[in-house]
Amino acid sequence: MGKPVVSLDQVTIRFAGDSGDGMQLTGDRFTMDTASLGNDLSTLPNYPAEIRAPQGTFAGVSSFQLHFADHLIQTPGDAPDILVAMNPAALMANIKDLPRGATIIVDQDEFTTRNLSKVGYEANPLEDGSLDSYKVHAVGLTSLTVAALSGLSLSRKEAERSKNMFALGLLSWMYHRPTEATESFLKAKFGKKPEILAANLLAYKTGWNYGETTEDFAVSYEIAPAKMPAGKYRNISGNTALAHGLIAASQLSGLKLFLGSYPITPASDILHELSKHKKFGVITFQAEDEIAAIGAALGAAYGGALGITATSGPGLALKGETIGLGVMLELPLIIIDVQRGGPSTGLPTKTEQADLLQAMYGRNGESPVVVLAPSTPSDCFAIALEAARIATTYRVPVMILSDGYIANGSEPWKIPSMSELPDLHVEFAKTQEDFLPYLRDTKTLARPWAIPGTKGLEHRIGGVEKADKTGAISYDPMNHDLMVRARAAKVAGVEIPELTVDDPKGDADVLLLGWGSTFGPIAAAVESLRANGENIAQAHLRYINPFPKNLGKVLERTQR
Amino acid sequence: MTEVTLTKKDFTSDQEVKWCPGCGDYSILSTVQSYLPELGVPRENVVFISGIGCSSRFPYYLDTYGMHSIHGRAPTIASGLAISRPDLSIFVITGDGDSLSIGGNHLIHALRRNVNIKILLFNNRIYGLTKGQYSPTSEQGKVTKSTPLGSLDTPFNPVSLAIGAEASFVARSIDSDRKHLTEVLRAASAHKGSALIEIYQNCPIFNDGAFDTVKDNETKDGALLKMVHGEPIKSATHGLVHAGSSLKLVELGSVAESELVVHDVHNPDPSYAFALSRFSNSKLDHVPVGIFRDVERAEYGSQVNGQISDIIAAQGAGDLETLLTSGDTWDVA
Ligand SMILES: Cc1ncc(C[n+]2csc(CCOP(=O)(O)OP(=O)(O)O)c2C)c(N)n1
Ligand code: SF4
Ligand SMILES: [Mg+2]
Repeated sequence: MGKPVVSLDQVTIRFAGDSGDGMQLTGDRFTMDTASLGNDLSTLPNYPAEIRAPQGTFAGVSSFQLHFADHLIQTPGDAPDILVAMNPAALMANIKDLPRGATIIVDQDEFTTRNLSKVGYEANPLEDGSLDSYKVHAVGLTSLTVAALSGLSLSRKEAERSKNMFALGLLSWMYHRPTEATESFLKAKFGKKPEILAANLLAYKTGWNYGETTEDFAVSYEIAPAKMPAGKYRNISGNTALAHGLIAASQLSGLKLFLGSYPITPASDILHELSKHKKFGVITFQAEDEIAAIGAALGAAYGGALGITATSGPGLALKGETIGLGVMLELPLIIIDVQRGGPSTGLPTKTEQADLLQAMYGRNGESPVVVLAPSTPSDCFAIALEAARIATTYRVPVMILSDGYIANGSEPWKIPSMSELPDLHVEFAKTQEDFLPYLRDTKTLARPWAIPGTKGLEHRIGGVEKADKTGAISYDPMNHDLMVRARAAKVAGVEIPELTVDDPKGDADVLLLGWGSTFGPIAAAVESLRANGENIAQAHLRYINPFPKNLGKVLERTQR
Repeated sequence: MTEVTLTKKDFTSDQEVKWCPGCGDYSILSTVQSYLPELGVPRENVVFISGIGCSSRFPYYLDTYGMHSIHGRAPTIASGLAISRPDLSIFVITGDGDSLSIGGNHLIHALRRNVNIKILLFNNRIYGLTKGQYSPTSEQGKVTKSTPLGSLDTPFNPVSLAIGAEASFVARSIDSDRKHLTEVLRAASAHKGSALIEIYQNCPIFNDGAFDTVKDNETKDGALLKMVHGEPIKSATHGLVHAGSSLKLVELGSVAESELVVHDVHNPDPSYAFALSRFSNSKLDHVPVGIFRDVERAEYGSQVNGQISDIIAAQGAGDLETLLTSGDTWDVA
């Protein structure tokens, strides 16, 4: 290729368009091709709650941001270096995030008087000089795509649909992305519709060639692979990592996986993903509501399965009473809350970390549960294994607090080898004389997991306070006090790793402590402060209840 | 393995039974305890799951596996257990408030799915445990603590509701009729899928005599329309005849015996069972008892597990390493 190539160390791209324009798919493909090149990366999709807002409107703008680099990065990036805007609405919705000097690629065919007025542009921003401080490439994405596909027997509308592939091809040329994976992806996706396949492949290639030949694009860019630990990698989102972690937990424990769930954004993809993997013996149950979903999971856990329920904040509110029953029954149960903006319906497709207190205390009575919080998308895999270990060892409900940012965001994940995975083997209670359903293990304080079908262990449990050891109904205040303390002590005594502190010099006087999905942004902030010579430490909580035992010490070490 | 014959005593727990004297729950308990040996299932494979209410204390008194759960939610817990453990025989014990107020949603969904659970609905037309408020089956105008001027709500007919919810087995029996209840339990156990049995249950404390017309010797023969498969549906005084697409109550003798509807529990058309269910009104002057409907329909749990075994037969069992390394992967040296 004759054009000059410039080397960059990192780039943030945002694809934005109408929700019908296929921006998530375009972003996903660019991500996969970037991952296979060996860059480190982090992604953030952002889509409207409306499935099909009126075309070309502000409400209908969907976007996908990707940050990739030749070094390890922590976040999907703040300000995009380059924005691909498929219409005026997408430009208007995203321009405020763009620093001066950034590159903008627009589909100029969409900048019609009608489309401009839909979002309130009085003049065409491509012509009125308002974008003078940006590098603007006005490309006829629609017309070029339609012209390229004129040899195929497609209607104009059908041909126009491939314009996202034209854009992807163009960007792939600009950043030297390999094309094989996307080509085989398209073949797999549209294999049964040869015309559509041909259209997508042709649009993709034409976009690439357009970059190569047109004078509008003078340079292309190279980003060297990041230095990552050796191993096999894949790009993974938080919800997929959680689902695969739960399947791994089921395989490693020998327990049947039972997911009870009621669809809710942004948790539904856990249900979707697990539903695909029935050959692992996975049972997915789409219940009539969140209460039924957790009830079924608890019933399955009673029968000896790995019982799981996945939801978001409003659903967690409905599950409170059943979580309390799980606390009383002392059965293993995993509750996933993929948090979203609240209160009430709140912001279904936007992220927030505001369910912490609900997770900790959102139940009647003294009803402690274990609370874990993954810090990144790929960390969800490890957190799922931890949740299963703790739930089955201590016979206690375990809450996982993920959020929309982690759930839908993605990053490269070094796939663990089978030998690195923990042994989660579980023992059920065996037939015995004088069985005591609430006799506690002296070390873990767990009661026996005595599943129906075990001869001689027939017993009754329920939500009414239990007598110590026998599990019979008891209204005795002293016994209640004993049991409240026992349930609390059991959770407080869960064995977890100590909190590690990232403090390169060992004498930082400021510590940044976070939990959950703030890990990436905090780490990025710490990096840039250190680059400015600040002596700063970072620690991140993945265990919220109980806290790591050394947390107090860690906090005492630094002044602030 | 040697066959051990179990007796009623084997199914009786050591817990002291704590219902009020004269409560209809006693006779239901005794009937169930006597019936369980006949079920032919080892004790450890029998599970009773209840909600909350007087009736929901039932599991404590049976020496099987049991769970006294939370208000209205027993069908959800039982569904999860039944789907993941098809080897178990699972009964749900619930009250009219438990199953038709707070748990109404779960009841209809369990029935439409046809999960293999047998639901015993103790209908005393009152909230017993909370000391006597009206329930969704209380007759309109019911004066209770929460309705001093009489209740306004139109009651549910549990049998009609269940049929509307696509139930494959629906029956009605009476607490004091041990023989009849046993027959219904027997048929419900033989049925594959969910079964709803409404049991009229007297609460002598808060709704005494609610079912006297179908229990008292002077009135019951005239009030009970006995439904026996293959036999005409009639009481001592009345019978049912076809009237267009519906059914009509007539005095015996006003039509020829051969005109009377011959009961078919397996009638695939739910509107037949629904029409039957409409004869039980609040006044209870003509009440069909027995099995309304008993039709074959795929059981949910076996379908769920069938999907799993089919895919494993076709593609082999899942391999974790293959799963984790699936999709676009790349190697870093
Ligand atoms: C969430 C919740 N709300 C309310 C109650 C109080 N409560 C317990 S039992 C009951 C009604 C019971 O009536 P029914 O189901 O007919 O049972 P019965 O006592 O008549 O057998 C109510 C309202 C509760 N236990 N839990
Ligand atoms: S209140 Fe009524 S239903 Fe409850 S135990 Fe007493 S008699 Fe039975
Ligand atoms: Mg009642």
